[in-house]
Amino acid sequence: MSNIPSELRYLRSHEWVRLEEDGTVTIGITDHAQESLGDVVFVELPEPSTVLGAGDEAGAVESVKAASEIYAPLTGEIVEINGTLEDAPETVNSDPYNDGWFFKMKLKDDGELGDLLDAEAYAEFVESEA
Amino acid sequence: MVDFTGWSLPVQYSDLSLSASHLHTRQHASIFDVSHMLQTKIHGKDRVEFMEKLVVADVAALNEGQGTLSLLTNENGGIIDDLIVTNAAEGYLYVVSNAACAEKDLAHIQGTAAECRAKGLDVSVEIMESGLIALQGPDMLKALQPGMTFDLTSLPFMNSVMATVFGVKECRVTRCGYTGEDGVEISIPSAMASHVATRLLESTEAPVKLAGLGARDSLRLEAGLCLYGNDIDAETTPIEGTLAWTIGKRRRQEANFPGAKIILDQLKAKPSKKRVGFLSKGPPARGAMPIFDESGEKQIGLVTSGCPSPSLKANVAMGYVELPHAKNGTPVKFQVRKKLVDATVSKMPFVPAKYFTGK
Repeated sequence: MSNIPSELRYLRSHEWVRLEEDGTVTIGITDHAQESLGDVVFVELPEPSTVLGAGDEAGAVESVKAASEIYAPLTGEIVEINGTLEDAPETVNSDPYNDGWFFKMKLKDDGELGDLLDAEAYAEFVESEA
Repeated sequence: MVDFTGWSLPVQYSDLSLSASHLHTRQHASIFDVSHMLQTKIHGKDRVEFMEKLVVADVAALNEGQGTLSLLTNENGGIIDDLIVTNAAEGYLYVVSNAACAEKDLAHIQGTAAECRAKGLDVSVEIMESGLIALQGPDMLKALQPGMTFDLTSLPFMNSVMATVFGVKECRVTRCGYTGEDGVEISIPSAMASHVATRLLESTEAPVKLAGLGARDSLRLEAGLCLYGNDIDAETTPIEGTLAWTIGKRRRQEANFPGAKIILDQLKAKPSKKRVGFLSKGPPARGAMPIFDESGEKQIGLVTSGCPSPSLKANVAMGYVELPHAKNGTPVKFQVRKKLVDATVSKMPFVPAKYFTGK
């Protein structure tokens, strides 16, 4: 069973979202996602200050097996990307919820956060997909 | 698990990541269950003449026990399937072809056999129900030899022998594979296939592991080997596919295989496009991505397969480009999503082959 921290919010496309104290959100992919992708060899991230709508394509994760798109979970502006992933994409496998984060966004409307899944609902979704 | 033309097959096994399984094969040995592949026996005294009506190989020139990679071609010179044809010492041809093509191959082979019989030729096609496992990697000999009295050092690459394996009689051991490593494929009476696999996995001489379709694909790509349906198909000729070497010299002179005129004309006049290998960094190329010239302005081809290479820590790919761009070292660009990525036309195999030639 993969790790699904209770304090995060989730999408059905297997991204996680963490609301930070400064009001921005941090986004990455879940433990379940990194596990099914296998060894991550490349992460393509959006340019900082790009404005994206919820569901827009934000980049991609590449493993030996396949390429998978990453989507912006919410509407807002990209304020920071995780530069570590350029040289060490395998961090996504080893630490998906911390050092393996993808990008931070400044949200247009915090209310959208309420549309995301909580840990329990995401766990159920993963179960239903298996 | 994935559905592979009606067969439920594992992409990977839970004990190893795809890269780890790939590297394990290159360093030790892995078992691939390839029982889904189509195995047939061609019987009858006119079997060689019959087979040469279907494929481009010089089947008559195969020594007893010798096999070769060959191609089933159509009248337009396109490739219907790639397959291994072995001249079994037991008096038949042993043929292994792709599971994805099983239905169309059988219809084609049996249809041609019926036509030949109507003309008085002695030939018949038997579909085998045997299991088929591939044992691939440098530790193959260490793991398999203890289960055989037959001396495997006398079985060079692309040779085949009927032998007893871990007590199971009537196993066909062929020195071949789809990884670029030394290895064998063992055709086993189906009820005993898991027994042989288990004995290999329990080997105390070498760490043998199970490997799935994922590692099979990245290994064959590093070895520069084609996947039918991706890298070659009914729309590509052996010349475009850089597989002219499979056409026997005598067959070229006689020009009597399906599509011979088109194929031989192309061999002389050069094809307009050609299958080549590529190396790149950054985001890996995958099948169907467009290839552009160095300027990035003109599309010159398409990628047919690609993945990050676990052995090289670079990306490997193959695809078709217009002939002027096919030279080794030519810089090209791949379109990966919205970006253009630098790539270079590179010789294949990307990882040197380790076939056992007996020398």
